[in-house]
Formats: sequence, structure tokens, C-alpha cells
Amino acid sequence: MNALAAVGRFTLEKLVVLGQVARFFGMLVVRLGIVVKRPRLVIQQVHFIGNYSLLIILVSGLFVGFVLGLQGYYTLNRYGSEEALGLLVALSLVRELGPVVTALLFAGRAGTSLTAEIGLMKAGEQLSAMEVMAVDPIRRVLVPRFLGGIIAMPILAAVFSMMGVLGGWFVGVVLIGIDTGAFWSQMQNGVDVFNDVLNGVIKSVVFGVAVTLIALFEGWQCRPTPEGVSRATTRTVVAGSLVVLGLDFVLTAIMFSH
Amino acid sequence: MAPQYNGVMNLLSTASAEREAKLSDPNVLLSFDRVTLGYGDFVVLADLSLQIKAGEVVAVMGGSGSGKTTLMRAATGQLPPQAGVVSVFGQSLTGLGGAGLQSLRQRMGVLFQHGALFTDLNVFENVAFPLREHTTLSEAALTIKVLETLDAVGLKAAAHLKLSAISGGMARRVALARAVVREPELVFYDEPFAGLDPISMGVTARLIRRLSDRLGCASVLITHDVAESFAIADTVYLVGQGALKAHGSPATLGESSDPYVRQFLDGAPDGPVAFDYPVTPDFERWAERKGVGR
Repeated sequence: MNALAAVGRFTLEKLVVLGQVARFFGMLVVRLGIVVKRPRLVIQQVHFIGNYSLLIILVSGLFVGFVLGLQGYYTLNRYGSEEALGLLVALSLVRELGPVVTALLFAGRAGTSLTAEIGLMKAGEQLSAMEVMAVDPIRRVLVPRFLGGIIAMPILAAVFSMMGVLGGWFVGVVLIGIDTGAFWSQMQNGVDVFNDVLNGVIKSVVFGVAVTLIALFEGWQCRPTPEGVSRATTRTVVAGSLVVLGLDFVLTAIMFSH
Repeated sequence: MAPQYNGVMNLLSTASAEREAKLSDPNVLLSFDRVTLGYGDFVVLADLSLQIKAGEVVAVMGGSGSGKTTLMRAATGQLPPQAGVVSVFGQSLTGLGGAGLQSLRQRMGVLFQHGALFTDLNVFENVAFPLREHTTLSEAALTIKVLETLDAVGLKAAAHLKLSAISGGMARRVALARAVVREPELVFYDEPFAGLDPISMGVTARLIRRLSDRLGCASVLITHDVAESFAIADTVYLVGQGALKAHGSPATLGESSDPYVRQFLDGAPDGPVAFDYPVTPDFERWAERKGVGR
């Protein structure tokens, strides 16, 4: 009976958090007008958030491309289809690895920064100060960061995929010696703009919404103490990563099931 | 109709008329009318009444945890009262919507206890923040205004510095400049003298008085610094033990023989306010578990 009660309590707690996140999301959405009034605030955040993650995205993309090139070659070689390496690398990156790995890295790098920044602003009474200065902190601080995250994510995913393709090309063409014309032409013929690229972009936008929302929510809700901020940043990574993986399964099932 | 009933009705209508008169007095910028403040079931201050007029410098004093900051939070609309009416600029805060509260807050300035400066902005941008948010001043006019205000707190030449490059005392002066840059009609200073060296303390006290006189604004000092507050305040309210204990001019309070007032002003360890935290059953149980006596 105690175990049943514990499960019930856990479920109720999670439902309450889900409700709070939904309410928080609504609060952000109704204040989106600031993007029209003060676009500079959003542009600044795209720049900051993009910069936070750019280096890790570039390096990770390149190494994932290297590994895809190697693994793909060994498998395709068995069937004498190594010319299709370019297609395999591009599809893997554009459909799956680009959006998903970028979102996971984004949660660990930019997401934690956002949570810590908002949490520390709360601890330092900066958000209260804005409120008594008749400045809405949600509109002024959170919404630009929310939009910045949503815009930065597909750009970072595109950069990741681009670096991955270059990594695959380097391993396949430069190191192993696959025909460069076959590598690029197979990729050009096999990758569809709508089915593959657009679906990948949609995925990365959805992940951008989810991860940035979680990061901001955790910062906004955290206890304003060093321990509270530290716990909130950890929750951002854990919850952000799990939500990305769960959403990826759902989106893949919807997009590629036919 | 029963005579007693008539009497009660007359009393009620007289009280209501008095309240209306207080609210309609344009000189009264902040008024607490039988206000009770607290968090949940916990009452911090009960049945508090006070009025602050334009041009007045008022010090709200009391020991740590006496409810001074709670009072300021109620005045800025951050904490709704449990009972009574808080009015700012003649308008009751009860039931006031977000837009109404925002428009009242635009006429206020607040110096936070720990400054609450924006750590991602430099000194100049921190002071410029309220102007950028609420005015359409040109960049040139805004720069002149911000530098003038920084000059008043002696920090014009620090305008370009990052917050990490200035001392705690300087940060408080930047926060002071930010609180008054829009020339508000009502300014709250939460512990304005905390962490300041004696020179900065004297300069800040004189600055608050001068600003109040020049702008005709009401200044509310939330403080426990007796010497500096008594030097510049017109009226002092002393809060403690959950209520307003005394009020009057610094001279009147200075001559008071009330034991609470005397203990506070003289900093005496013995008196109505116990220095030691009282022993509670919780503590006794904890001490027993630890194997130590009371």
C-alpha cells in the first residue's frame, strides 16, 4: 500500500511540475511581442547563446563525422557500396544526429548557462529590482533568451551537420580513398530537401523550444541559494536530455513512419 | 432604528470619511491604514498606520527581523497586506491590476539592501537602465542625465567600469544613482548606510536629504543606523515586536523615556528586547539528542 501511495505521490508531483511548466510556457508566449518592439534584445541572445555552444558543436560535429565515415565505410564495404558513404553520413546527420546531439550538447552548455544566469539574477534580487522598476522580468529577460535559444538551435544543428559531412568526407575520401565525385553525387541525389532536411530543421526547432524552456523554468523556479542554483543546473541537463530523446522518438515516428 | 445601531453607523461613516480625506490629500504619497503584514499564518507587523508626505524624509527603524523590509515590500506592491489598506499616490494597492501597479511603480525608486545591480552591465548602463526602459530620451540626452546622476554620487569617472572592478561601497552608490535617476516622487532606501565607510555614509545621508529637498520627493529610509538617520530624518517610525512601537521627530524620540525606544537608541543589551533567542521545545529536543544541556 505504501508503494502504491508513493507511486501516486510521485505521479501527482510530476503532474504539478508539468502544469507549472505549461503555465510558464504560456507566460512566455503571451509576451512574445517584445521581438517586434525590441528585436535587438533577441539578436543579442542569439549571438550569446550561439557563441556559448559554437566551439563544442564544431568539434563534436567533426569527430562524429570522422566516426560515421569509418563505421559507415566498414559496413558499406561488405556490400561493395562504399560510394554511398556520402549519402549515409549526410542522412544520419541531417535526420538524426545533427538535431539530437546538438540538442544534448546545447542542454549541457547553453542550457546550464541560462539556468545559472537566471538563478543567480534571482539570488541577487536583480529580477525583483526589475519588477519594482516597473520592468517585467519575464518579458525583458526570459523571452529574449527563449527566442534566442529557439533560433540558435537549428543554426547550431546545421553547423554540426556541416562539420559532420566534412569529417565523413575527410575520412572517406582523403584517408580511405573513396571517389570524391561518387561521395558528393550520391549525397546530392539521395538527400531530399523536404523529407530529410526540413524534418531535421523541425526537430531542432522543437528541441530548441524544449531545452530552452526547461533551462529557463529551472532558473526561474530555483531556490535563490548556491545549492539551489547548482541543483537547478543539474536538473536542466538531466530533464533536457531526457525530453530531447523522448521527443526525438515521437517526432521520428511521426515524420518517417510512412 | 436602535440608538446603538445609529452610533455604530456614525462611527463607521466617520472612519470612512477620515480615510477618504487621507487618500485625497495630494501631499500624502504613502499611507498605511491599520495594515497587517505577514507570510502565510505568520504575522510580521500588525495594525500599522503611518503617512508619508511629499518632501519628507522618514526613517523606519527597528532591529533585525522586525519587519522593516516587509513594510517596504508592501509599499511597492510586492506583498499584499493581510488586513488594512496600503495606498500609494492616493491609490489603494488592493486589487490593483498589473498595469496599474506598473504605472505607480514608475513613479517610485528603490535602493535594494544588496544593491541588486545588473552584473552583466557596467556602471553607466546600470544607471541608464530605467531610462532606457521607460523613456524615449536620445542617446546624447540619456548620457548627460546618467553622468549628472553619477556625478551626484561621486562616481562620474567610474561610469565605464565593470561591476567586478568596483568596491562594495561604490556599488551601493551606483544603486543609489539608479534609484533616483528618473527623479521619482517616492524613494525607498533599504539599508542605505550598510557597508559604507564613514565618509561615504555622511555623503550618502546628505545626498538623500538634498535629493528629497530638491525634487520634493518623499524618502523612506529602512535602516537601523541611528546617528545618520536621526541627522537627516523629519520623522522616525520605530517598529519591533510585531507592531509600531513609537514615532515622532528625532528630537522627540531622543528624549523619550519609553524602555523600548531607549534600549534601541542606546544599544543596551538589557531591556524589553531580549538579545538571546528564546529556548524552544524544538531546541530542547535537539539538545537532548546531541547530549548537551541547555
